[in-house]
Amino acid sequence: MSFVGPIQTTPSMADVMPIEHVVNPWVAFAYLASGVLFILALRGLSSPATSRRGNRFGMAGMLIAVITTLVTHEIASLPEILVAIAIGGGIGFVIARRIQMTAMPQLVAAFHSLVGLAAVLVGVAAYFNPGAFGILDSSGLDILKQSRIEMGLGVAIGAITFSGSVIAFAKLNGNMSGAPILLPARHVINLAVLALILVLVAVFGLDTPALFWGIVILSFAIGFLLIIPIGGADMPVVVSMLNSYSGWAAAAMGFTLHNTAMIITGALVGSSGAILSYIMCKAMNRSFISVIAGGFGAEAGAGGAAAKTDRPWKRGSAEDAAFLMREAESVIIIPGYGMAVAQAQHVLREMGDQLKKHGVNVKYAIHPVAGRMPGHMNVLLAEANVPYDEVFELEDINGEFAQADVAFIIGANDVVNPAAKTDRSSPIYGMPVFDVDKAKTIFFIKRSMGGQGYAGVDNDVFYMDQTMMLLADAKKMVEDINKALAD
Amino acid sequence: MDFISILSIFVMACFVGYYVVWSVTPALHTPLMAVTNAISSVIIVGALVAAAAAGSPTAKWLGLGAVVLASVNIFGGFAVTERMLAMYKKKDRK
Repeated sequence: MSFVGPIQTTPSMADVMPIEHVVNPWVAFAYLASGVLFILALRGLSSPATSRRGNRFGMAGMLIAVITTLVTHEIASLPEILVAIAIGGGIGFVIARRIQMTAMPQLVAAFHSLVGLAAVLVGVAAYFNPGAFGILDSSGLDILKQSRIEMGLGVAIGAITFSGSVIAFAKLNGNMSGAPILLPARHVINLAVLALILVLVAVFGLDTPALFWGIVILSFAIGFLLIIPIGGADMPVVVSMLNSYSGWAAAAMGFTLHNTAMIITGALVGSSGAILSYIMCKAMNRSFISVIAGGFGAEAGAGGAAAKTDRPWKRGSAEDAAFLMREAESVIIIPGYGMAVAQAQHVLREMGDQLKKHGVNVKYAIHPVAGRMPGHMNVLLAEANVPYDEVFELEDINGEFAQADVAFIIGANDVVNPAAKTDRSSPIYGMPVFDVDKAKTIFFIKRSMGGQGYAGVDNDVFYMDQTMMLLADAKKMVEDINKALAD
Repeated sequence: MDFISILSIFVMACFVGYYVVWSVTPALHTPLMAVTNAISSVIIVGALVAAAAAGSPTAKWLGLGAVVLASVNIFGGFAVTERMLAMYKKKDRK
């Protein structure tokens, strides 16, 4: 499919271009408009106040793109397409309504896999029926070389997105252990398969259409191989990375189909995912390569267990915590993935409310990699009705711990570990962490003293003089504190 | 459209994406992923072209399949984003 748009093709180009049906420039304009609306949708997310309007822009953009496509193509069977949209839309809508906010990471992973699979299906459809997509060469028999390369890349990225996301979903959803699965010589295998895919795409571009299936199968395989060695703690990077891939897949398909809406969107989503991956890696002080290489949890876990020592620590009770926090002037709450697992966000907000009634200044501090995806904790707190202006990012609040009376750590561990600042041998060395050790009193909710956090390293905060360990299920403990506060 | 025009649009859009995404507040990174997910399903355009095409029944069914998948994403993605964004509230100043 192509169109005569504001950007004219040069006469020489037009000669080699396939014979296409000419669509009026309004179509190009409509796709451009939907691309711009998508940009505005992301732009709206710069603040919670403008975000909902942004989301509406996104919906409008999608509507324009779909309607434009429907009216400009001889739709063989509109009812069939509407049924397909209704089935998919219905499923999507119901899932979106029912999904628990704590399950957001796996939902996003599942959605990524669908984008990937859709890209593969579109690519395969284009392979079977290139005429419909206007990508036949002048002979009218063969697919244009350039289109074949674009198509090969699009299908490859789509397939990687699909199988990678399926594995990420299984790990996040608990269908599969979050522990890294390390195949022998995996780096060699992975690099070889990736190289082979690129070679196949190049050769497919030149000739031999049968290679198309080789690309598809190998790409499915590599997506699977790439994600299995990556451990649970690195999932925020993986989810962001797959987000990025789903964008590049859409962009590659946009190149094949010469569609501006797809290209703009693909580029936006691709860069968005890439930036999020970068932010996540930086927040863990790890290189992207080392995350992709995988195996983080496995190696560190073994080392951490060996280093375990029997140092003295203090156990606190819910009453202690309630008493000290009620008397405090300021309390900073640091939630982590454990809070999500225990579904403790609602009782935590109740605790915050009670403390505020006692005149305590309550703030929430969120580490960029807390949870299983970027911004996971923020959504959970928002779900529990915590106002977003009480929630602070790492760099905005870290200076306040020295003045804080209480640091209340719930379900977080590595992000408060001072070893990241001091211990060069620690696997998390260099990761930016909260300076909780500067707070006057620290309450640390943990299920038991046995667990070592995801990086598998011991945490000096447990053994500090000002620390009281609250050993219980996070939700149960906060409920008890609430009871004690109410008395 | 020739390749260079398409490539120009792509490169420019990458830059736009870069600057726009850096301006997204970290508190909204989860909705950002949900909404990018929804908009990357603009691939439905390709699916519709395939589903509409005459000549190859295989391509048509593949296209319809892709329409279903992309629709799950579009409706699911936008709806879940809307649901999340509705939860972000400011402190009520009394």
